[in-house]
Amino acid sequence: MRRDVFQAIADPTRREIINLIAFNPLNLNAIADNFEVSRPAISQHIKILMECGLINIKKQGRERYCEASLQQLNEVSIWIEKYRLLWAEKFDRLDNLLDKMKNDPPL
Amino acid sequence: MATKNETSIKAEPGKQEIFITREFEASREIVFKAFTTPELIVQWLGPRELKMRLDKFEPKSGGSYRYVHIDPAGNEYGFHGVVHEVLAPERVIQTFEFEGLPETGHVVLETARFEALPGNRTRLTMQSVFQSVTDRDGMLQAGMERGVNDSHARLDELFAKASVN
Repeated sequence: MRRDVFQAIADPTRREIINLIAFNPLNLNAIADNFEVSRPAISQHIKILMECGLINIKKQGRERYCEASLQQLNEVSIWIEKYRLLWAEKFDRLDNLLDKMKNDPPL
Repeated sequence: MATKNETSIKAEPGKQEIFITREFEASREIVFKAFTTPELIVQWLGPRELKMRLDKFEPKSGGSYRYVHIDPAGNEYGFHGVVHEVLAPERVIQTFEFEGLPETGHVVLETARFEALPGNRTRLTMQSVFQSVTDRDGMLQAGMERGVNDSHARLDELFAKASVN
């Protein structure tokens, strides 16, 4: 299975989790309290986020805190997304042009 | 057209390639024409906020091209290359070089493939092969027009994209 930023954020619950801890590390229980889904399900999402490199687990005493590691969003994956959007924009304009060409063949 | 076709991109870590794929609601002949007709290509290839000027455009095997993007302040960003093969309406193979780099010689080999799909639709696949991973990643980075400072803003953008899929 893919383990990258896009995989990490493909799921709405995982996006919520990242938002929750973006500026404020929380332990697993505190995170799970924010969701209707079961604790094991949240654990599974956190595991995936860890494997994608978007979450680090920090031990403080007996507690384990999840903290967001957003550095990765600065790197290749975000560049790729920006680059994609650049082309998506060009192709949206091309769509309009193609529509015109279909209705108005000469040129 | 209510929903836009998704533009997908593949740029695997450590590789020298970028693939861009997009489908269009038009026949391959029409899409090919929009790629190889000077009056048409200037209408869509330039970034939104920049003007595009073709200095030279010879879409034929053995031809060459040069175009510039002009920003609102009048700065020009030039690109040029030679055309290796134009096989209408299937394929265009050309080189590509951005003139704004500190040194010349960072050349990209670009192949655009146009595949006819049922229902008068077309799938475009653009493959760019760079001379090094550094060159490729540099090009991807250049795709970021503006610096995004706030990590929440970055998240929002990624999330907006993720929820579209």
